[in-house]
Amino acid sequence: MAKVWVYAELNEGKLVPATLELMTRARELGDVEAIALGAGAKAAAEALGKHGAKVVHVNEDAAFDDYLAEPATDALASLHEQGPPDLVLFGFTTDSREVAGRFAARLGVGLISNAADLEAKDGGFVAKVPYFGGAKLASMKANSKPAIVLIRPKSFEASESGGTADVKELSVSIDAGSKRAHIVERVVEASEKVKLEEAKVVISGGRGMGGPDNFPLLEDLANALGGAVGASRAVVDAGWVPYSMQVGQTGKSVRPGVYIAVGISGAMQHTVGMKASKVIIAINKDAEAPIMKMADLGVVGDALKIVPALTAAVKAKKG
Amino acid sequence: MKIVVTVKQVPDPNSSLALEADNTLSREKEVVLDPGDECGVEEALQLKEAHGGEVVLVSMGPERAKDAIRKGLSMGADRGILITDPQLAGADALLTARALAAAIKAEAPDLVICSTESYDGSTGMVPPMLAELLGLPQLTFAKKVEMNGASIKVHRQTADGYQVLEAATPALITVTAGIAEPRYASLKGIMAARSKEIKQVGFGDLGIERGEPAETIQGVTDAVARKAGVVIEFDGTAVDRIIAVLAEAKVV
Repeated sequence: MAKVWVYAELNEGKLVPATLELMTRARELGDVEAIALGAGAKAAAEALGKHGAKVVHVNEDAAFDDYLAEPATDALASLHEQGPPDLVLFGFTTDSREVAGRFAARLGVGLISNAADLEAKDGGFVAKVPYFGGAKLASMKANSKPAIVLIRPKSFEASESGGTADVKELSVSIDAGSKRAHIVERVVEASEKVKLEEAKVVISGGRGMGGPDNFPLLEDLANALGGAVGASRAVVDAGWVPYSMQVGQTGKSVRPGVYIAVGISGAMQHTVGMKASKVIIAINKDAEAPIMKMADLGVVGDALKIVPALTAAVKAKKG
Repeated sequence: MKIVVTVKQVPDPNSSLALEADNTLSREKEVVLDPGDECGVEEALQLKEAHGGEVVLVSMGPERAKDAIRKGLSMGADRGILITDPQLAGADALLTARALAAAIKAEAPDLVICSTESYDGSTGMVPPMLAELLGLPQLTFAKKVEMNGASIKVHRQTADGYQVLEAATPALITVTAGIAEPRYASLKGIMAARSKEIKQVGFGDLGIERGEPAETIQGVTDAVARKAGVVIEFDGTAVDRIIAVLAEAKVV
């Protein structure tokens, strides 16, 4: 069996969903050893075991929570010295990709990022990587040893396989030289009512919303439907809404039951993050916009008129 | 203070992408300085204006990538370095990071600024690799940067707010597009940029190993495409049609 490592990402002491999702595939590819670092690592070992990890290497040194990327890189590198794996998996998330990049550079090996699928094939690992907005899939065989692959969130469904992991304390001496990018404060600005990634309905706005002042129209519709509001990169970059709302390649990947794209043309950067939605409804003034070619229902018209009318109709329907 | 900004020439995000017959992205498109990098250049210029120093742009790409550097120079950066060599064509993230690191190391900057990810690749793998190869701490996803002597403070965007990060320089930071509104190049700036130096560096000048590419492409397939549905005009029945779709999906 191949030796597979999974970098278990913890956020505020809790496992992030992307980690448990990729466990589903990891356990089919070999014997899984997860690495959990920082506050909550030991508690996370139980869930990791249930999802198929045979071994969980833990270390709860505060440095993993207090300093960005480098202490975690040290931990992976020192475990690697004790015996390299065949494959190392990371979620393609902001925090994990920073650790993955440093780790790969330290080992001097390449990596495959943004993978949507991964299988054992031809004596190695072959990843399917979407490009061209997800319209094409490139099959990439990893050349490096170990193979390092970053998997897009939502590529697999998390499921328990039963089991208990053997918890091992990972001994790692974190060099003082790695305690550099110091997290001195955490500021919470907005608490999401319904999490974008977990919402059954997502309503996203783009440039066609005209300006940030019109986003409350989407909030109203989201509230009526019990959904969450997302956005395209264009309006996030323009500063209309915070990055936490960005849906797309480097924003969030969502696959809700219904995705309503309002005033979004459908640039590939965006569609790769939402094309797996069950039903897509597009509202756009341009009948030729790319989003119209992938929507189950496209409505051509002024978003600022359509959205309030729809909100009223939803409210009437729900009584 | 010496600031290096990494810049990349990318297909114009405002034009639509096309594929060649061999499934590679068409390179014939209009190319521009990556809009994310424009924000990095702007942030560097603002830091220079506040603290003094020099802003050096480093890029890797074909010779025409000089145009992207020139754009940054016309905004006010002092000089540029272009790493260009056919041997580097199709470089993966690690080779790109190695080449950039070699060129940047020679400059011994106090601060390296990258954008969080490029507009075309959007994978964001080069900055952490570059930080590791340069032996620098990485302060990422910055939406605000403050320099105070030899220390730097960054507001790092997170899903629900931000973190305040601090480190001593030298350091590498990645900046989000929201950090600073890029200035327009003035006519004077455009004229001045013509005489600014762009040093050209080849693979042999870098003293790096090419290494094995990260992956071998075995083939390309079409992803399962979504079928186009119905497109209707917004008229008296459109809202009912939407409601019908929502009802079928059991969300109303």
